[in-house]
Amino acid sequence: MGEEAVAFDIGGTPAIAQIYGQGRDILYLSAGLWFADESAFIQRLARNGRVIVPIAPGFGAAPADRRWNHVDDLAYLYLDLIDRMKLSELVLVGASFGGWVAAEMAIKSCAAFSSITLIDPLGVKIGDRFTRDIADLFGLPDAELRARAYVDPSVFEADVKKISDDELARRMRAREGLARYGWTPFMHDPKLLSRLRRITVPTQFIWGAHDQIASPDYGRAYASHVPGAVFTQIADAAHVPQVERPQATLDAILSFADAHR
Amino acid sequence: MRIFHFSEEPYPDAWGAERPSLRITLPNELCDPDVAHNLYHRYIDEWMLADELGFDIMLNEHHSTATCLTASASVILAILARVTKRARLLILGVPVGNRPDPIRVAEEMSMIDVISKGRLEFGMIKGVPYDIEPANSNAVTLMPRFWEAHDLIVKAMTTTSGPFSFEGDFFHYRNVNIWPRPYQQPRPPIWVSTATPTNAVEIGARGHVMASFMGGMAETVKLHKAYAQGYREGGHGTQVPVDRFAYLAMCGVASDEAEGRRRCDLIADYLRTNAQVADPFNKPPGYFSVEAAMRSARSPNPRAFRTLMTPKGRPVELSTASLDDFIECGIAFAGTPDQVFDQICAFTDGIGGLGNLLLMTQGGHLGAADTTDSMRLFAREVMPRLRERLAQRQFFEAA
Repeated sequence: MGEEAVAFDIGGTPAIAQIYGQGRDILYLSAGLWFADESAFIQRLARNGRVIVPIAPGFGAAPADRRWNHVDDLAYLYLDLIDRMKLSELVLVGASFGGWVAAEMAIKSCAAFSSITLIDPLGVKIGDRFTRDIADLFGLPDAELRARAYVDPSVFEADVKKISDDELARRMRAREGLARYGWTPFMHDPKLLSRLRRITVPTQFIWGAHDQIASPDYGRAYASHVPGAVFTQIADAAHVPQVERPQATLDAILSFADAHR
Repeated sequence: MRIFHFSEEPYPDAWGAERPSLRITLPNELCDPDVAHNLYHRYIDEWMLADELGFDIMLNEHHSTATCLTASASVILAILARVTKRARLLILGVPVGNRPDPIRVAEEMSMIDVISKGRLEFGMIKGVPYDIEPANSNAVTLMPRFWEAHDLIVKAMTTTSGPFSFEGDFFHYRNVNIWPRPYQQPRPPIWVSTATPTNAVEIGARGHVMASFMGGMAETVKLHKAYAQGYREGGHGTQVPVDRFAYLAMCGVASDEAEGRRRCDLIADYLRTNAQVADPFNKPPGYFSVEAAMRSARSPNPRAFRTLMTPKGRPVELSTASLDDFIECGIAFAGTPDQVFDQICAFTDGIGGLGNLLLMTQGGHLGAADTTDSMRLFAREVMPRLRERLAQRQFFEAA
């Protein structure tokens, strides 16, 4: 849990965010993956700023809402959250599914951001119609997902006997939540790629060199549609470098953010 | 009292314990079209025999699987609408939450009702977890989509004054005006199957026939009570006629006890292969509640999508269960005609009455000769006294 929680009523839906640390504002959009626990990375990030982590309806403690079922809903919800919290000069960071949401926010408005870092983001369609760009999260056994998501899958505790009910609930809700927003088209918005041109602030893509959920080639193609985007590969990491190589990931985020204050 | 003959039209030659999955990932190179051709004809013949013998007829559908060649129950039903004479034709059912075009469903069902001269019993189902993947439907929104499709189909089947428009959360049409309209007016009876009390309340509120599949006595009573609550709240009355309830079980009969049991044991491979599904297709996200998914993750057999309990509270592992386990649970009736009659009566008495008995009289490797012999014997020696016995109870009586 964050050191502080905020909740705003936005059009009848509670926008919930956890807030950690102090300093420059960093909006962190979680990967939302049931097979990744980002809490340690968020703590690490919070030693370098005030980290605001919104919780999407249907994930974690945020109740599902039948009307909230599209990434656009989340993008607008978080843009509203930024307005309500009167945030500006934000460092926007999003990972995996959260990276997709971050991109959907940025094509709508970059006014509140000073820079953007996307960590192995999902969200676009690159290959032809018979080519799966993103590993089938809902169709692969968990062991294979972990093998694709980590260089060393043992960094994630897979034995449900060794985790708390709270953590198990988080995982189950994350799996359902990802399906709520990303079942079909699978984990992408067909319109997003051609709209990335609207991103007008410095943007960095960080990609785990061994990512087999979405490959670095996918990442490079994705980045090529964002004007001026920088592509940074993280060695010895796969889909969740923020968990597997937290310091290298943090350094990449902070140095890019510092260069674009 | 209606008694239905049911088969999933299995293709058991492709089954095998060594196969990691009989569904979704099993390549169809294992399906020999000539074998499938003969199987379709055989199963249709068995439904035609059912028609002659006094059974009603039940069909269902599954997808991407060797357990069930009925990939579209509407196709087989259309054939049966023409070649059978008297049987009620129960489709249980159309997975309307998985179908992209509910109006097409309304059209097909109306055609079948007209061709059969009003013999359609129209079942709408949520569908099993492993049918989510072939349809690529989102299980998170399955039930709201199901009920929206249901409402639209009912409206389409009962509107006779020309086009109406529909703009829902999931489906959109500018002009709905189906031809033909159904033979039965205002519409064919609607059935919905379920395994959860929450859905049972909703089905009861609508007054539809509710079917449950192989849940055993305690689970079935729970569902029937939930239905009764919805039925009362929906203003249909304080007493629920037993014809609102249907229950599916396996059944094998022979003059000789051991032979009747052998037949049912072969049918029971249907259930034993149920969990033979590539991980994780038996648990699509959103199909089960988060609470149920957590219970399942912590259970001794997290791959199983359902657990079965004997009346004494002993858990039964479906993949290895014996015939006696299934009989004890009230999901198989097997043996001589007398034994089967007694088993069915004990079960239907235990659940407070039943108006529709759905019998899987063919399943797995049970061949045509054994299937038809079992059906004939049932029709001759069990059906008449069972009808008489079950007709004694008009309304559901919870114990």
